[in-house]
Parts: sequence; C-alpha cells; structure tokens
Amino acid sequence: MKAMKRLLSTWLLCMPCVCFANGKILATPGVSQVEGAGGGGIVPWAQLAGYATEDEIAGSVFCSTAQVQDFRLKSCGAQINFYDRIEVSYAKQDFDVEPLSLTLSQEVVGMKLRLYGDLVYSDWPQLSLGVQHKMLETPDIAFALGAKEDKGTDVYLAASKLHLGAIAGYNFLWNATLRYSSANEMGLLGYGGTEGNGALHPELSAAILLNKHFAIGTEYRVKSENLAVKESNWHDVFVAWFPNKHFNMTVAYLDLGTIANIDGQHGWYVSMSGQF
Amino acid sequence: MIFFKRVMWLVLLNLSVLSCASQQSPQENNLYQALGEQQGISKLVDQLIVEIVADEQIFPYFAKASVSYFRKGFINHMCAISEGPCEYTGDSMVDIHTGMNISEGDFNRVVELLIRAMESTGISYPVQNRLLARLAPMREQIIKR
Ligand code: HEM
Repeated sequence: MKAMKRLLSTWLLCMPCVCFANGKILATPGVSQVEGAGGGGIVPWAQLAGYATEDEIAGSVFCSTAQVQDFRLKSCGAQINFYDRIEVSYAKQDFDVEPLSLTLSQEVVGMKLRLYGDLVYSDWPQLSLGVQHKMLETPDIAFALGAKEDKGTDVYLAASKLHLGAIAGYNFLWNATLRYSSANEMGLLGYGGTEGNGALHPELSAAILLNKHFAIGTEYRVKSENLAVKESNWHDVFVAWFPNKHFNMTVAYLDLGTIANIDGQHGWYVSMSGQF
Repeated sequence: MIFFKRVMWLVLLNLSVLSCASQQSPQENNLYQALGEQQGISKLVDQLIVEIVADEQIFPYFAKASVSYFRKGFINHMCAISEGPCEYTGDSMVDIHTGMNISEGDFNRVVELLIRAMESTGISYPVQNRLLARLAPMREQIIKR
C-alpha cells in the first residue's frame, strides 16, 4: 500500500512531462506480466513497458486475472518507463484459494534496466537485467507448508528480438529469460523451503504478429520445487490485441499444472493495460 | 521490354532454383515485383510524401528539401533495395541524414507513415514486413547524426 502511494505520487509529479509517449511502433513493447514487469503474461521480457523512446517517459497501468480450476489470481499494477532505459514497476497480487476460502496477497516492486540494443533494430537481441522484490502479506499458509521466508528477490536477465518478415513475411518475436528465484508459486507460498532454496531457471516466449494489431504466441516458465508440496512449470498460449498505443488486451489459455498438490490447474487469463 | 525482363527473371529464377545454387529464396528475389515494380513503388513513394507533408512531427525536416529531388532519389533507392533493375546513385544514407539530428522516435514515426502509405496503396502485410526488414538495418546510418 505504501509502495502504491509512493508510486502514485511519483506519477503525479511526472504528469506534466508525460505527454503521451508514443515513439515506439505499435505492439513492440508487449504487454504486462503478472508480477508487474513489461513482458508477456508470465515471463518478463527484455522490452520495457510503454511506448517511450530515448527522450520520453511512459506510464502504464494494468489489471490481470487468471481463473483456473481451484484458484484465482488477480494482479493489478503500474509501470513507469524512463527514457527506454529503466522500468520501475509495481504489482499487487491477490490469490484466492477456493477450497480453503482464503486469499493470499503480496506486493511486488520491480526494476528493469535495458543493457543493450533494441528489439527491432539492433543486430543482437535487446538485453535487460531485472529484479523483482516480493513481499508476502499473508505468510501463515506459506510457513505452515515449510517456507523459510515471507520475502524474496528474483533477479533475471532477458533477451528479446523481433525478426521482421521472418516467417512467410510475418514478424516473429522471441524472448528468453534466465531467472534466479527462491519463490514458491511466485512467492504466494513464500520463499525457500525444506526441499531447496531456489535456483536459476529458463523462461521462454515466442509470438507471431498476424497483423499490426494482433499477436499470437506461447510461453513456458520453469519453476523450482522448494516445498514438499508439488509445484509445476507454467505454460500458456495467448492472443494479444493492440487497437492503439493507449490500450491492449490479452487473452490466454493457461496450464499451471499442480498447485499445492491439487492437480489439473488450467483455465483462462485475461489482462488489460492502458498506456500514456 | 518489361515482358522480356519478366521472362529473363523467371528463367534466371528457375535456373537458380533448379541448380540449387541460389542463396536467396525466390520470394526474397521477388520483393520488387511484390511492391508492384516501378509503378507500385512510385505510387507508394507519392503516398509517403502525402503522409509526410501532413505530419506535424516529420514535415519540418523536409520543409527546405526539394520534393522532386527527394521523390526521384527515394524511388531509386527503394527500387535498388528491393532488388529491382536500378542502381542507387544518390548520396549515402549517412551523408544525406547528417546534421538532421533525427531521433529514434522520428525514425519510428517515418516507419509508421511508410506503413500507412503501404496500407493505402494496397501492399499486403507480409510484403510490408519484407520491405521493413530491408530498411531496419539502415537506422544506425540515419539517426542521431
Ligand atoms: C529507413 C528510413 C529512411 C531511408 C531509407 C531514407 C532514405 C532517403 C533517401 C534515399 C533520400 C533521398 C536521397 C537523395 O537522392 O538525395 C532521403 C532524403 C531525405 N531524408 Fe531520408 N530516409 C529515411 C529516414 C528518414 C527520416 C526518419 C527522416 C527525418 C525524420 C529523413 C529525412 C530526410 C530528408 C529531410 C531528406 C531530404 C534531404 C534533402 O534533399 O535535402 N529520412 N532519405
């Protein structure tokens, strides 16, 4: 909550200089990731959120919801992109555990630094380094399952590239992320545990732009199993719609596998973002 | 003349495909044709000029340039990079754009105007992307100079 207020005030401060950043080509920044970073839906990408180029500041807000068999995740937040160099992000996650009629909540504050390149123009892929600091507000269940911490910091390196006209004239985008995380189920079940203390894992995304407004793609995120309860890798298939530079919407089919030993967690994901 | 050239193209194309000596796919060789050859490229550049003239952000760069000179140079350049029967005779990308101080955002804006011009002259999305793929590597020679 404090972080949210801080974010809002920074934002209001910046308002006079934010005159609709729109220097980037439509759809190239991607969408908003559930932990708040610019990315795909479940993987943070090397691109920074929003349409800012070197001399612009962009702000974005988003809300996403994922409904699978026995759980529902709501994640809302915001990003500010300073000069296409630094992205600062915030997300508030609420995770409804339907069989227990309870909600787990956490906050994620993120930062991403573009180290090299441009998604579209550079010879080599765009490269960014990011951190996500997560604070679980409801740690009781996590500790009961054997988690060690109620806070954790993920660090990731992401590379992405758009290949113009690469597949029969259609644009092809890929992103590969290597993330160090000790989180259990993104942190909603705490950090670390009896079986491990986190590890380095790959996360992959690929998409094709069907035209300038629609992209279809898929993502895969490898996760650790630190607790005695089973945790699965995540996978999704998505369609993203970019009607203009101020709004986009993503719908995805999610396969989250087993969460806390409850199998068959697949379902739908819907996300909307606004940019200025 | 055009008929003869087409036949030559197809003969050469078939020869290269048959001999498997070709480094480029036939589709790539055909970008000039996909753009509608000289006529299609002229129409496209004319439409791009209309877009540039109407654009608040970009037109100031062109205010002092000569339309006919730019038109001729740009058509010639586009014909050459799409592997049409032209040799580009203008100045280098660096020389032309030096002193203009074109930003990343300006460059993307011109790309958007070009996309709009391609849409309104009926160039398909895959062909648009193939042309953009040829132009994208030139950005470094054009911006911030
Ligand atoms: C892929 C992008 C671009 C390409 C391939 C390109 C190519 C060219 C070519 C071939 C000419 C005519 C050259 C001649 O024969 O003299 C030209 C002229 C010009 N370009 Fe570009 N250009 C690009 C982007 C831009 C951008 C982004 C701007 C400004 C925002 C710009 C501003 C100009 C101006 C003002 C002229 C006219 C110069 C003069 O005649 O005084 N160009 N460009």
